[in-house]
Amino acid sequence: MGKPTGFKEYPREVGGYRPVQERVRHWNEFLVPLPAEALNRQSARCMDCGVPFCHSGCPLGNLIPDFNDLVYKGRWKDALRALHATNNFPEFTGRLCPAPCEAACVLGIADPAVTIKQIERAIVDRGWEEGWIQPEPPARKLGESVAVVGSGPAALACAQQLARAGCDVTVFEKNDRIGGLLRYGIPNFKLEKSHIDRRVRQMEAEGVRFATGVCVGVDLPVDRLRSDFDAVVLAGGSEQPRDLNVPGRGLQGIVFAMEFLTQQNRRCEGDEVPEWDAILATGKRVAIIGGGDTGADCLGTSHRQGAAAVYQLEILPQPPPTRSPRTPWPLWPMQLRTESSHEEGGERLWGVSTVRFEGDSEGRVRRLVAQRVSPPPKFEPVPDSEFSLDVDLVILAMGFTGPVRSGLLEQLGVELDARGNVKTDADWQTSVPRVFATGDMQRGQSLIVWAIANGRKCAEGVLRHLGADQQAV
Amino acid sequence: MSDSLEPIQRGLPPAQGLYDPANERDACGIGFVANIFGQKTHSIVEKGIEILINLTHRGACGCDPETGDGAGLMIQIPDAFFRKECRKIGFDLPRPGEYAVAMVFLPVEPAPRLACEAVLEAVATQEGLEVLGWRDTPVEGDAIGRVARVSQPYIEQFFVRRPEGMDQESFERKLYVVRKRASNEVRLSDIPDREYFYIPSLSSRTIVYKGLLLAPQIAKFYAELTDPDVASAMCLVHQRFSTNTFPTWNLAHPYRLIAHNGEINTLKGNVNWMHARQSVLASPLFGDDLRKLFPIIEPGGSDSACFDNALELLVRAGRSLPHAVAMMIPEAWVHDPSMPAERRAFYEFHAGLMEPWDGPAAVAFSDGRVIGATLDRNGLRPARYEVTHDGQIVMASESGVLTNRPENVKAKGRLQPGRMLLVDLEQGRIVSDDELKDSLARRQPYGEWIARHQIRLEELPEPPHVHPTDHGTLLQRQRAFGYTDEDLKFLLIPMAEKGEEPVGSMGYDIPLACLSDKPQRLTDYFRQLFAQVTNPPIDPIREASVMSLVSHIGTERNILEETPQHAHLLKMPQPILTNADLERLRRVSQGDFLATTLPSLYLVDGGAKGLERAIESLCRRASLAIKAGYTVLILSDRGVDEEYAPIPALLAVSAVHNHLVREETRTQVALVVESGEPREVMDFALLIGYGASSVNPYVVFETYEDLEKNGLLPEGLTAKKASENFTKAIGKGLLKTFSKMGISTLQSYKGAQIFEAIGLDKAFVDRYFTGTPSRIGGVGLEVIHREAAMKHAKAFERVRSVDLELPIGGKYQYRRDGEPHLLSPEAIAKVQHSVREGSFEKFQEFCRMIDEQNERLMTLRGLLVLKEADNPVPLEEVEPAEAIVRRFTTGAMSFGSISREAHEALAVAMNRLGGKSNTGEGGEEEERFGDERRSAIKQVASGRFGVTTNYLVNADELQIKMAQGAKPGEGGQLPGHKVDEVIARVRHSVPGVTLISPPPHHDIYSIEDLAQLIFDLKNANPEARISVKLVSEVGVGTVAAGVAKAHADVVLISGDSGGTGASPLSSIRHAGLPWELGLAETQQVLVQNDLRGRIRVQTDGKLQTGKDVAVAALLGAEEFGFATMPLIALGCVMMRKCHLNTCPVGIATQDPELRAKFQGTPDHVIRYLFYVAEDLRRHMARMGFRRVDEMIGRVDRLETRNLEHHWKAKGLDLSPILHAPQMPRRIARRCVIAQDHGLESALDHRLMDLASDAIEKGQPVQIQLPIRNVHRTVGTMLSGRIAKRHGSLGLPDDTIRCRFVGSAGQSFGAFLMRGITLELEGDANDGVGKGLSGGRIIVYPPKNAGFAPEESVIVGNVALFGATSGEAFFSGIAGERFAVRNSGATAVVEGVGDHGCEYMTNGCVVVLGRTGKNFGAGMNGGFAFVYDADGSFADRCNLGTIDLEPLTEVDDAVRVRSLVERHAALTGSPLARRLLEGWDEALRKFVKVFPKEYRRVLAESARKLEQEAVRG
Repeated sequence: MGKPTGFKEYPREVGGYRPVQERVRHWNEFLVPLPAEALNRQSARCMDCGVPFCHSGCPLGNLIPDFNDLVYKGRWKDALRALHATNNFPEFTGRLCPAPCEAACVLGIADPAVTIKQIERAIVDRGWEEGWIQPEPPARKLGESVAVVGSGPAALACAQQLARAGCDVTVFEKNDRIGGLLRYGIPNFKLEKSHIDRRVRQMEAEGVRFATGVCVGVDLPVDRLRSDFDAVVLAGGSEQPRDLNVPGRGLQGIVFAMEFLTQQNRRCEGDEVPEWDAILATGKRVAIIGGGDTGADCLGTSHRQGAAAVYQLEILPQPPPTRSPRTPWPLWPMQLRTESSHEEGGERLWGVSTVRFEGDSEGRVRRLVAQRVSPPPKFEPVPDSEFSLDVDLVILAMGFTGPVRSGLLEQLGVELDARGNVKTDADWQTSVPRVFATGDMQRGQSLIVWAIANGRKCAEGVLRHLGADQQAV
Repeated sequence: MSDSLEPIQRGLPPAQGLYDPANERDACGIGFVANIFGQKTHSIVEKGIEILINLTHRGACGCDPETGDGAGLMIQIPDAFFRKECRKIGFDLPRPGEYAVAMVFLPVEPAPRLACEAVLEAVATQEGLEVLGWRDTPVEGDAIGRVARVSQPYIEQFFVRRPEGMDQESFERKLYVVRKRASNEVRLSDIPDREYFYIPSLSSRTIVYKGLLLAPQIAKFYAELTDPDVASAMCLVHQRFSTNTFPTWNLAHPYRLIAHNGEINTLKGNVNWMHARQSVLASPLFGDDLRKLFPIIEPGGSDSACFDNALELLVRAGRSLPHAVAMMIPEAWVHDPSMPAERRAFYEFHAGLMEPWDGPAAVAFSDGRVIGATLDRNGLRPARYEVTHDGQIVMASESGVLTNRPENVKAKGRLQPGRMLLVDLEQGRIVSDDELKDSLARRQPYGEWIARHQIRLEELPEPPHVHPTDHGTLLQRQRAFGYTDEDLKFLLIPMAEKGEEPVGSMGYDIPLACLSDKPQRLTDYFRQLFAQVTNPPIDPIREASVMSLVSHIGTERNILEETPQHAHLLKMPQPILTNADLERLRRVSQGDFLATTLPSLYLVDGGAKGLERAIESLCRRASLAIKAGYTVLILSDRGVDEEYAPIPALLAVSAVHNHLVREETRTQVALVVESGEPREVMDFALLIGYGASSVNPYVVFETYEDLEKNGLLPEGLTAKKASENFTKAIGKGLLKTFSKMGISTLQSYKGAQIFEAIGLDKAFVDRYFTGTPSRIGGVGLEVIHREAAMKHAKAFERVRSVDLELPIGGKYQYRRDGEPHLLSPEAIAKVQHSVREGSFEKFQEFCRMIDEQNERLMTLRGLLVLKEADNPVPLEEVEPAEAIVRRFTTGAMSFGSISREAHEALAVAMNRLGGKSNTGEGGEEEERFGDERRSAIKQVASGRFGVTTNYLVNADELQIKMAQGAKPGEGGQLPGHKVDEVIARVRHSVPGVTLISPPPHHDIYSIEDLAQLIFDLKNANPEARISVKLVSEVGVGTVAAGVAKAHADVVLISGDSGGTGASPLSSIRHAGLPWELGLAETQQVLVQNDLRGRIRVQTDGKLQTGKDVAVAALLGAEEFGFATMPLIALGCVMMRKCHLNTCPVGIATQDPELRAKFQGTPDHVIRYLFYVAEDLRRHMARMGFRRVDEMIGRVDRLETRNLEHHWKAKGLDLSPILHAPQMPRRIARRCVIAQDHGLESALDHRLMDLASDAIEKGQPVQIQLPIRNVHRTVGTMLSGRIAKRHGSLGLPDDTIRCRFVGSAGQSFGAFLMRGITLELEGDANDGVGKGLSGGRIIVYPPKNAGFAPEESVIVGNVALFGATSGEAFFSGIAGERFAVRNSGATAVVEGVGDHGCEYMTNGCVVVLGRTGKNFGAGMNGGFAFVYDADGSFADRCNLGTIDLEPLTEVDDAVRVRSLVERHAALTGSPLARRLLEGWDEALRKFVKVFPKEYRRVLAESARKLEQEAVRG
């Protein structure tokens, strides 16, 4: 088991990023991998806890102490096996997951946590490099067919699990490319799209069929799916953006984050975006409303597009620099996070709420008026705190309010829960027989680890339901 | 029958609830007196009775103080007396030896009595004896206690005449047949009250008087014993201390041939084997009569009774009594190079005939012609003797039981381990052990027989083919046998690396096997039993000389004969077979040896029925194989494939074993297991315990090969070496497992079934594991099959690159898809958040996680529901939390195992709360005594670390730790690198020196020893409560009853899940039971015995919530202990790394860097315990209880949840836990009165009176008093008083000088404080100067003694045990285990018994004479200087930790000389004078015993001093 005293001997060390000046000039990833011997030391910091809180803090239940130990011992291929045992796409999570495991790491009680995410990424990257990651087609077919609607991480995880168990799986994606939010929502500099492409190739080799450009409920009636397939899995995500209903919202130049990010991703893919439709931060003063990860993605994208100035507005007050006592270990800590995009510039405004937008004569947004507000839950305006920012582009990155109800969900008539997400039972089945739901569509907007985890669990539910779990995993 | 309102039952009650009479234990005092020349006098009988009276304190009495546990005596037939008496009745006796007399217990009512008499007469007549007549034995009913009186049988004597022409031996044999037949016939008859019928003796030589008596009552009850005509040349006596208060006349000793002090640990196996070998018994002496003797072992007897039954058979069939005794209780011969070869051959030959009856035993025996005694190989019972010039010998558990004029005393000695003392009354002389054993050894050319007929495995021819490793299918097979990743990580690889069992820490918190949803292995349903209180565990490492893995396999022959063929056995040095070994065995064809392989597989598709049929067929095939002449049956599960699953190896072995035992063919074959399943110590222990001789764990070997092939073995380790290390590790682990139960040899462990099952169906157990306790029912074949099928299905799934090869496990470490843990990450976080934030709401969320085991069942308490009242009481009427928390204690965690910060935080919290914290076994810094960092409970454990008088007086409670939940039956070890300055100071040791806690307390080998230690501690601190900590196992209730009778104030029943700083993994998981069972059993047995009212009951073992406390209270506890949870409150996150010193939260570590990370505060603990109390109050309100006292023992307020839905739990029946014995209302269910400790009669009251000026003003005082063996623990109360008044410094040297004349009782000068000198002219018993704390003890024989002091025993066993400072001078020889665990005292003695200076860590011992064996075992510190007159000392040393060297240093020479001079001056020792006269010569013969570690540590500190001097 690792090195019992490693945590006392070695400090935490991460590879970090390429310099800001360099990385903002391109759209590629800019992570710097740690050399193998340094990673070995980092893995030696794992204490192989009797109760590994990291493992429990991870929605996937990744076998973190186990793969740390294997890396420490140089058994990379076995580490990859351990990693894949709970996680279909560690290269996604190794790049995008905020790592609640590290927040729950026991070492983190008094010292910097083990660099779990970095080790995870190193394992899977090496797996691809070495050619260890190969398709795993099922030993035998079950003769059951499943349609998966959507192709984000939940959909892909679910589809892969089902295909490996022997189902005939078809993935329906309304866009032209597979990946969902991963493809168009996550900037290329955080996840290069080739990662998705090779997983798609792997899945195709495992028997998954991909149907892109098919919007179920629009291009294809849901009933067709229900009649053609033994089961249908809804994994269409939580795509309904939260809007900001303040005076001036109708002005031009106020857009949703996903519109902005999607366009840039298309450009990176080589697609043409017509000028009339283009949303570009180039040379503009940009206000991003929303202080979360999407906001940060917009921030990084704006800088790469060459914005003149970028403001990121957050209604919550600035969190403390270290773990807030209200979120004690091993909970996900409330604390100030400085993402790579924040390092690249821009100004963060805390505890502010937008009052209105003001535009020019052409109806384009030119000014954002905001005020300071008290902390939650009241968010009471602070008297005489109003101020304004001169802006040319406003990006709304305030999260999502649930799945799009029109079309697919309405046609099916599935029951929703109080929060407007699709309601499921213990087998992940919706109120409509043989129709299942997973991912953000079922849980509401969440982390990629939850998407993969729930995609896997939904697959188990489907298999249970199909009576196939006896033969399955 | 009696028409009283409360019929008092007779004998042991039937099994009920959790009580089973099979668990009853007893211990006692034994003794005999004899005239060596065989002269019969009445005075011998009188003296015997006097001995008995002087041993009274070794017995006990129960709820009725006038009713003893039993006493009795055996004498030669008083011919003159009977002649006279019979003439009065109307018949004349023939000449002595031509008639026999039976002592007969009969029903009281005339009709059944006459019926029984008729049976006896009829049988005697049928057997050709002439009935002479009956004599009513006059007894005085008023002389005995009420309970004894009500259960008293009618007692008569029955006389028969020896037929013409029959010699006396044949007559005795016939009498034996008559007794057995009559007993069987009455037992099987329908005569009412037939259970009264019992024949204590029927012989032409001896007669036994016994009964449910206290020693002083016997002569009054059996009035004839005072008749001057009752004359005998010998009198053998026994005083019993039993664990119960049930009236049992028959179980008093002596039996027909013996009286026994101790316990036979291997009884179940011995009885089974005796039963099994009945079929091959034959004896020309008995002829057809032999069948009439069956069953040889009479049902319902105690261990001693069973032993007597077997011994009697051997003797009546022709062996001499000493021969038979030596066969049943052999010396430790395997590892003793100094034993003559002939004698070793004798033992080895007999080892092939019969397994030892193993356990602590002092057995006194007599057939009327010889009288003697022997001691088990460990010497675990005391036995002292004295011979006078006028031909009298006295032997007893204590010295001083008879007073002889000093000048008449010829020799004083003690019985030594494995040795025999024999008086031949016909020859009129004492036969020495050597002479006796030599003559036995020369009876036959045993050595030659062995050389000619014994086969050795290694001598068998090389097999042509050995199964190679099949890498391709290994993974499948590993999966089919239930291997997990953890098995490799925690078991196989560590064992391969280190050659020993891996160590872990913290407790067990996963579901019981019968509740787990994961497929379990059958072995997981079993728990090891262990010794506590009634017998001691053994230290298998330091006392390895008594341990043995050797066994002999082959057909067992008629044990009533001895022939060369009896040596035709295969000798196995240890039980694990390599693949090559197994092939050798499979192909064996020498003499009788012929092996066959029986496949142990079943068609998995056939389901449970198929499994059942497969087992049946396996048993049938075993029978057929025996008929066909096979003598070795190899049960093999090779050949697992997609269709065939393995029958669990344990099930296969035990089913076949029990089947063959029933068939009485078991002794004709050896069972060998070839299985892929066994891989940890527990597996092997179980297989052997259920009958396997040897085991070939082939998948383990293949796994090592596979790991090697894949480069996964640690560097430099080959698969071959790994397998060897594995074999070594398992061997060590097995010895440890045996030793936990006090068993020394594999031969006697085999088939002894020393296990308890938990969660197995009764019918299943009765059928396949006959005789194993399984008290709450559970799963049967159906589930066992399902679990096998689950693993089998998994095995043949394809393994993909995204699957783990083996299941993750999750038993040792939490994993989400593994076994659930009570202390899950969520639960730990929740409770920590609650106490840090002060949120009772979060605490209640935590409680719900623990209490509501709706989805996953974990614990027995989780299956119990609290019954709510129809009329709940308002919460505010429930007693406040402040009152409840006073019942709370924290568990014993030593300073050393946890950091000072954590230790003090617990103490402070408990003091502020009004509860009690516990020091653990590492002592406590004296600075803490005066303030709130003081622990109210001071623990006294086997290592006695830091146990000084001052420590004892600074306690509110003294806890004697008999066992620990995480590792019952084991000791512990604090490695030297963890012993820093502070810890060393507190533990009175040297920094850097490893500290060993022995498995047993060396002053507690039995229940009466425990009573003695309780008495010692109570004397030291009369204000403190004395508590005894036990661990839950079957029979713990019985032990607790014994503890109550030994006058403990509190008994703690610990559960199996308690934590530990370091313990072998197999102990954490496989020993001990949940507290629910132990607590319920304790409550039931204490109530049944009317003992509950005088003892408080405490429980602990992962108590977490108010509901846990409620369940504990309802099951019978009035106090509650917490250990893991307070640590969690302080920040523990269950790292389970305590043993590595790397605790990252600063709790279980001494590393200053890590200790700095400790974030806990006393408030966290206080809050946690208050929350528990608050949670409890809410349950109480709902249940309608206002006070905790109202709840205690109210099992009627618990019910079992509906378990129908759970595939395993549905078979459980918790009603035995919820059983309440039917008793009248006045019998207390909780503690209502204080124990009577009998301190008022202590001699120390006089000492304290006489020394009051010394105590108060420091004025020197001199005291002179006579002393007797009934004066126990002299000087201790006085010492406690001084420590309380003056602290650890005591008084100036020699302030109080006491001079005694006589024989001192046990524990003379225990915990004697500085400032007191005890001088004794005479001798002393066991435990002299134990815990010596600065005082001085001087013992020498009477000046006019008729013997040489240096050749006689002057003090008993375990003198100076755990002494921390002070001096002792003994002019004479000391018993076994002299100065064990001495950590600072200086002593001079003229000879010592075995195991001298064992575990010593500091101090200085000078031995001027011969030492026993195993000197200096585990000695890590201090010095010993031994005068080695004949240069043989080295042979008797255990050189594991010590070096021997000549005395070359001047300092040493000066030191030894000055000590010898003082010895001469203080004791007048003639030996010392002689040595001093020729000092230069003498000095050359001294050997210095220098512990290796001590040398290193001294050198280091010298170097440090030097460096400092240079710098300074």
